[in-house]
Amino acid sequence: MKPTETISPERQYNTKLGLILFGIYLILYLGFVFGNAFVADAMETKVFMGLNLAIVYGFALIKMAFVLSLIYGLMCRAEPSEASEGETSTEVDASTEGQE
Amino acid sequence: MIYDPAPMAIVIFSLFVVGTVALSFYLGRRANSSEGYFAAHGQIPWFVNGVAFAGDYLSAASFLGICGMIAAYGYDGFLYSIGFLAGWIVALFVIAEPMKRLGRFTFADALDANFDSRGIKAAAGISTLVVSVFYLIPQMVGAGSLIQPLLGYPHWVGVVLVGIVVITIVVTAGMVSTTWVQFFKGSLLVVFSAILVMMVLNKGLTVDNETFEVLGPYDSMQLAEEKIDGRMVLEAEDGWGGDPSLGNGDAVSFIRLESSSGVGFDIYHVEAVSESGGKFLLRQAQAITVADGKVSIDGAPRGTGETEKQLLPVGRLSKLPDDQSTTGPLGPVSYFTTLSESEVMLWGNQALKHSSGATTTVYYQKPTQGNRVLRPGEHPKFRGIRGGAMKDRMNFLSLMLALFCGTASLPHILIRYYTVKDGAAARKSTIVGIATIGFFYVLTLYLGLGAMTSGSLDLTDTNMAAPLLARSISPWLFAVISAIAFTTVLGTVSGLILASSGAVAHDLLSGVLGVKLTSDQQVRVAKIAAVVVGLIAIVLGILFKELNVGYLVGWAFSIAASANLPALVMLLFWKGTTRQGIIASVIVGMFSSLGWILLSSDTYKSVYGLDPENAIAPFSQPGIVTIPLAFLTLIIVSKLSKSK
Repeated sequence: MKPTETISPERQYNTKLGLILFGIYLILYLGFVFGNAFVADAMETKVFMGLNLAIVYGFALIKMAFVLSLIYGLMCRAEPSEASEGETSTEVDASTEGQE
Repeated sequence: MIYDPAPMAIVIFSLFVVGTVALSFYLGRRANSSEGYFAAHGQIPWFVNGVAFAGDYLSAASFLGICGMIAAYGYDGFLYSIGFLAGWIVALFVIAEPMKRLGRFTFADALDANFDSRGIKAAAGISTLVVSVFYLIPQMVGAGSLIQPLLGYPHWVGVVLVGIVVITIVVTAGMVSTTWVQFFKGSLLVVFSAILVMMVLNKGLTVDNETFEVLGPYDSMQLAEEKIDGRMVLEAEDGWGGDPSLGNGDAVSFIRLESSSGVGFDIYHVEAVSESGGKFLLRQAQAITVADGKVSIDGAPRGTGETEKQLLPVGRLSKLPDDQSTTGPLGPVSYFTTLSESEVMLWGNQALKHSSGATTTVYYQKPTQGNRVLRPGEHPKFRGIRGGAMKDRMNFLSLMLALFCGTASLPHILIRYYTVKDGAAARKSTIVGIATIGFFYVLTLYLGLGAMTSGSLDLTDTNMAAPLLARSISPWLFAVISAIAFTTVLGTVSGLILASSGAVAHDLLSGVLGVKLTSDQQVRVAKIAAVVVGLIAIVLGILFKELNVGYLVGWAFSIAASANLPALVMLLFWKGTTRQGIIASVIVGMFSSLGWILLSSDTYKSVYGLDPENAIAPFSQPGIVTIPLAFLTLIIVSKLSKSK
């Protein structure tokens, strides 16, 4: 295995932020998918302006994808190592070196 | 349906194709090196790349397949839209920036970044080829569907034409031309889809009870008489009566009467009238018979002559709230609320077998409450979520999981991250992609429902719903939308062929077989590979013409999600990942998902022509089993190889 690089605090922050936002969306998506799979009748309930839950939830998922991606774009920190693009290494710690 | 080619459509279509090819030749000068051919020198602006993501991703499946499925069954097609978009969340939050940091030209580059292993290059290269070929099939099928109404040529001509144009695009300028074709296509697709939706809303909803006859109500004694409505009843023998034993709410049986036009016969579906017991309506149906390779419609040869018949376009409302005949312009919310209180005429079909060996498919009308087409579970493949067996629900969960995980595993999408300069640009371009793609997917529900009530649907080809919706509004719009749809196919197929050619030249030949190639030689080999993959795509597009393109793409997502995502995610987030673990995960994920699909009931029915009941796989979508299996394989093999 190739040597690793030091991970900047900015990258750590961005990765953590990405995973938190991913978790939020995952919960919303799972709610939609399991709702359709196991309580499909509930998706017919009129919930907003005469629209049923299936349509409202579906549109909300699309909108939330955009909102969360905007939040991510605004909150991400610039990485000082952008200039060193092309280095072929990842967040693999030294304990894995020499295994191969 | 029989389509007459419109000269205007031919002109617009030709302009699109010539423009696309000219652009490729113009940009070709910039793509002589490997960096230029595979990654556009990493110099594509992030906004252009973001829209190009949409152009790459919004394939024939999204535009033709999803709209077609919504037009035929309602909300169920929208589930694909939601799943396809959700996948971009995985791409943005988990994959985008590491992918840009790790790789150079291909998906295998990223996976192999820490190991320099021939095994990983081989597994990832082959996986790229398999996923890309599976994704290519529906694109080519879609191209064939488009060319019929547009130019009047048979399906295979469309497939061959797309193949030739795409090979030209990819061979001339690689990623540079592919990116710009995808950018223009993505922009045009979203803009014109929005225009089409505005016109649909402006047109509103209208009742049509004239196109197809409704006779009755009759009681069972009247139905047994020699004449109905003054016309002779034809014998119901030799399978023509249908199967009245299917009494599950879809009970079907048919009555044929002498044709009022004197050509062939008229066929009617016998429909029980629930509120007046023992009474039946006869709703006009349509029958296609295939005997010795010849096609007839309602007993007359298919054609447009006086003694011939053709299938009539369908898709209409039979009732509006408060007995209105038309609504006038509707808003984006009132369109749904009005439709939910209306009655839509969906179409079912039943196959009849005759003693001569001929087969007939009878398409019959099914009056359906509007609120049913705005809820999940109307499509046969999703019906199981409404009180079906657990395996039906598992199939649904499996599909939605594959869509969620598949986007960030598609090689032709992943390589687009190499065309921008850094991780921040990769992030920004993904956000632009999500905005563009999300907006388009909102439009798909309006487009599909608009087509469902447009009176223009082709019963035998749901993939044509969106272009035919445009035709019902304006011939100009039809010409433009069809040309854009065709460019849609060009954009996506270009990306797929480019990803495949990179896998062959960069991963397999250079990386695995160790063939020393200069930058120029690698580009030359990639171009040859592009031609070969293009030819394979043409053949497969012709062979699989009957399948819905949306469903086919579901398969490609399952394979990509099973083969690629587990290895990529574990590489990024688990320190114990080893070379052997990655190889095993890709191979197990790829072959288990591929094997599952080949042994599924859908493949038995649609590809082999076998009884789906005999299928070995318990349900059709493999993801829920094969994605965890690939993760598990990686963990076990990594631990075993680490302990050696």
